[in-house]
Amino acid sequence: MTETSHAPSRQLPAVEKETLSFWTAGAEGRLQICRCEGCGRYLHPPLPRCPDCGGDTSPSTVSGRARVATFTVNHQPWVPGLAVPFVFAAVELVEQPELYVFTNIIGCPVDDVRIGMAVKVAFEQHGDIFLPMFQPLGAADAS
Amino acid sequence: MPAKAYPEKQVCITGVGQSAVGRPSSQSALRLTVDACLTAIADAGLSISDIDGFTTYLGYSPDGGGISPVGAPEAMLALGLQPTWIGASTEGHAHMGAIIGAIQAIASGLCRHVLIFRTVAQASARAKTWHAAVLGGGPEKGAPARGGNAWTVPFNAFSPANIYALYAQAYFAKYGATSEQLGAIAVNSRRMAALNPNAIYRNPLTIEEYLSSRMISSPLRIYDCDTHIDGSTAILLSHRDCARDLARPPIEIEAMGMAIGAFGFGWHGGDFTSMPSDRAGAMMWSRTDLKPADVDVAQIYDGFSILTLLWLESLGFCGRGEAAAFVEGGARIGLDGELPLNTSGGQLSAGRFHGYGHTYEACLQLWGRAGERQVRDARVCAVSNGGFGYGALLLKRS
Ligand SMILES: [Zn+2]
Repeated sequence: MTETSHAPSRQLPAVEKETLSFWTAGAEGRLQICRCEGCGRYLHPPLPRCPDCGGDTSPSTVSGRARVATFTVNHQPWVPGLAVPFVFAAVELVEQPELYVFTNIIGCPVDDVRIGMAVKVAFEQHGDIFLPMFQPLGAADAS
Repeated sequence: MPAKAYPEKQVCITGVGQSAVGRPSSQSALRLTVDACLTAIADAGLSISDIDGFTTYLGYSPDGGGISPVGAPEAMLALGLQPTWIGASTEGHAHMGAIIGAIQAIASGLCRHVLIFRTVAQASARAKTWHAAVLGGGPEKGAPARGGNAWTVPFNAFSPANIYALYAQAYFAKYGATSEQLGAIAVNSRRMAALNPNAIYRNPLTIEEYLSSRMISSPLRIYDCDTHIDGSTAILLSHRDCARDLARPPIEIEAMGMAIGAFGFGWHGGDFTSMPSDRAGAMMWSRTDLKPADVDVAQIYDGFSILTLLWLESLGFCGRGEAAAFVEGGARIGLDGELPLNTSGGQLSAGRFHGYGHTYEACLQLWGRAGERQVRDARVCAVSNGGFGYGALLLKRS
């Protein structure tokens, strides 16, 4: 499920203490999301404290399954060499309502993407960083 | 606290100024700033020595994109100000944070007359490097994406257009809104801009041209995105006790509202069809006896057209999900409509004065100085700013 070859160049995220596992756990093929140790709430982007119960947080592995909450087909080449069109989306992880992750939808024509579409994580490696992309569930299962 | 003791009710707008707009300008950003500030001071009938408070949004930014090329210190030097109270920060309720901070400073007695400016030089920056204004500065600089940009820029979402497109798509899907309805915002702005000599785009735009225009980030088209300019706006706020004998009848600040949402941090709640601007609208209406029906004209943030729809709902001018139908065809939001909207041409057509153009235009309307685009007998104007942080003002002619 990891795409290592021909990954296009990207402006990569700064990796901070609280975001390390989100950006790197793809090396083991896992998607890790910050979770409250007290009440179990997932928090993304990661936070050091649960706003609900005040509990400590730590990374927790999730299924990588999600639905497309909303998306856009980007046509504008914002920077030199940017390949367009592509889909930028907010996916809602199945573990919790409104647990959104921003991503690209890959593995299908841009015009096939729909709100509500079931998707699954597929990592794109850039050195130590594994960006969580999402692709249609059927395609993920077949690969 | 009784309503008459609210801080905003102690404060009036007494003068405004705006530099010439350019795309790009032949003048430096600091020169444009000085022009706007001196105009505002003279507009109020004050002199430089009267100004004892000074602030700006957002403060100098080292980003090369021209988002905020002038900070308070150099503007203060160029103007020869010696303020007692100074506020300059990227924090707060986005654009309107500086105005709300100035209200608090005046009401608490720290100062009497606060000069506020907002300068942008994004057109000059883009004239040098066409992609200068992208979020994160662009990948060739080699710097990693930080803060809120860390969640979007690695996925090539280099523009706020990509983020607000997510909102537009979700809004279309949930409420059945259409491009023709959204396009009414851009068409209305251009119709207004034709009547504004300082607007950057004044040629007509039809809904047919809108619908066949270039897609930027679906469903947002080129005309749904505001226009980078060089320009500066200044607003002068005074204590009401010092405002009576100035050059213009003071404009009363009837109510204010504010909210932040962690939105620019990558945190999104709800289903992408509403924003924390709802809280700013609710706060504003909680501080006045006026109602949305009392508003004669509205200057509502239009960094992207979808923001205007969401703000119309946040401010109670429409029910949830009803804004698209409200603006469709443009009749209700035209100069003769029930809610004349963005009468300067807004950021979509007059240029991205970044919130301050909206407050400036509100004042011109309430003073009856809006020329061909004057709304007849405009007494109450609602203003809102922001897509990441949110501020709202209800302004009233004395
Ligand atoms: Zn908790």
